Amino acid sequence: MKSRRDFLKTAATGAVLLGTQSKLGLAGMLDQHAGTAKSKVVVARDAALHGSGAGTGTQPDVKRVFDLLDRAITAYTGNTDALKAWRSLVPQDKVIGLKVNGLGGGGISTHGVLAKAVAVRLQQAGVKPGNILMWDRGARDLRACGLTINTDPSSFRCFGNDVSGYEDQYESWGTVRMRLSKILTRECGMVINLPILKDHTMAGVTFAMKNMYGVIDRPQDLHGNNCNPAIADLNCFPTIRAKVRLTIGDAFSSVYEGGPAFHPEHIWYPNALIVGEDCVAVDQIAWQIIARKRAEAGVPTLEEAGRPPHYIATAANQAHRLGTNDPAHIHLMEV
Amino acid sequence: MFKSNWKWPIVAIVIFTAAAGTGCKKKGPEPFPASNAISGWEKTSETRTYAAKDLYQYIDGDAEQYISAGVVSTSTSDYKYQGQLEATVDVHTMANAEGARKILETGTKDAKPVQLGDEGFAYTQSIIFRKGTSLVRIVAYESMPGTPQALLELAHGVEAKL
Repeated sequence: MKSRRDFLKTAATGAVLLGTQSKLGLAGMLDQHAGTAKSKVVVARDAALHGSGAGTGTQPDVKRVFDLLDRAITAYTGNTDALKAWRSLVPQDKVIGLKVNGLGGGGISTHGVLAKAVAVRLQQAGVKPGNILMWDRGARDLRACGLTINTDPSSFRCFGNDVSGYEDQYESWGTVRMRLSKILTRECGMVINLPILKDHTMAGVTFAMKNMYGVIDRPQDLHGNNCNPAIADLNCFPTIRAKVRLTIGDAFSSVYEGGPAFHPEHIWYPNALIVGEDCVAVDQIAWQIIARKRAEAGVPTLEEAGRPPHYIATAANQAHRLGTNDPAHIHLMEV
Repeated sequence: MFKSNWKWPIVAIVIFTAAAGTGCKKKGPEPFPASNAISGWEKTSETRTYAAKDLYQYIDGDAEQYISAGVVSTSTSDYKYQGQLEATVDVHTMANAEGARKILETGTKDAKPVQLGDEGFAYTQSIIFRKGTSLVRIVAYESMPGTPQALLELAHGVEAKL
């Protein structure tokens, strides 16, 4: 039986190898642009994603979701073949976790159709179905996403932290001391982050980095001071930093006010995917999208509402170095 | 063996008092209408109840505003109308009526006032009202013809049980 020390050693080695592999394989994150390395973020849109029923709460069209996903991934990697693009993004021999967010219930959670589309493309790219694990805090959250619990490794797996449990040992970074989900520490070799874009009464915006509150045992302790610096500190945990390599953010629908709960009176349909490896740059772009919608709807800015997402700048500072929030260093590609 | 027999009545009184102050309180009536108690509405889930300290499990960061307003517990149940329209009913029990008023006062801009409890408001897909220490929020996941009226009827059903 492996000791905890052996396990950590193996996990750390795996993380380093994975990081190396990803950096070698990915042309996406740092885009050479005008001689300066920039973080690339792709925003892919399909105005007809929800068909003719847009705005009435209908589900997105499955075929259009696949098409939008392919467009986003090929644009991001610069590889016109979607499956080759996927192979450049993920290792085929490791467990790939798809971290969804079902907190908002049936009304505003990561769309199951997106998680399933990613899973299908991973399988087609060579990842074994049982090595694809859709995951969140618990069964209720996964069901809210429209997913079905499955622990059978002959097909895509889907279960939550309520099944795996948390590590006994605490990990710390900065102000945060938490226990991590065993799905993150023991199951996954790489995690693709699939958050849902929302306004947040405490953090201001919840998207890529905030979704990591679903991988720890006591997220309720990290909401003080608009979740700053807790969100940035948490994302600096070595395991999170090493394994959560890519965000495919769900902005099919969103709430621009009253989040993270579902407020149908504040729902809107950006019909978009937001893709990037720099979680700070992804969140910066997400904030801009929410800010534009709030202005359009005539609600106060997040600064005026007393909850600007300062954690994004914190994550970019010298102490954290998780990415960039500087628009001059983000290569935004809209397709 | 029991030299201090005088102690046992005291122990019994202490145990009884402790029990009366905690788990042995008479449970209040279930505020959620049973299936078809309101025409067309089926109760599709068990009632789940969260104490204030556990509310984050249900609504994460949203819990903070309820906790600061004095929420004691939150109960929730899912419903379906005519086999199609899905909705969720949340009943927040606050420490006092002021807490319920405080929550209601936030976020009812553009809502239509409705006759429910002490004060109520309706949107196309949701209703929120307060009655005494209870704050009730009903949300539908789709907008269909007749949704506002169906939600109002369900809300009246909940109100009658508070």
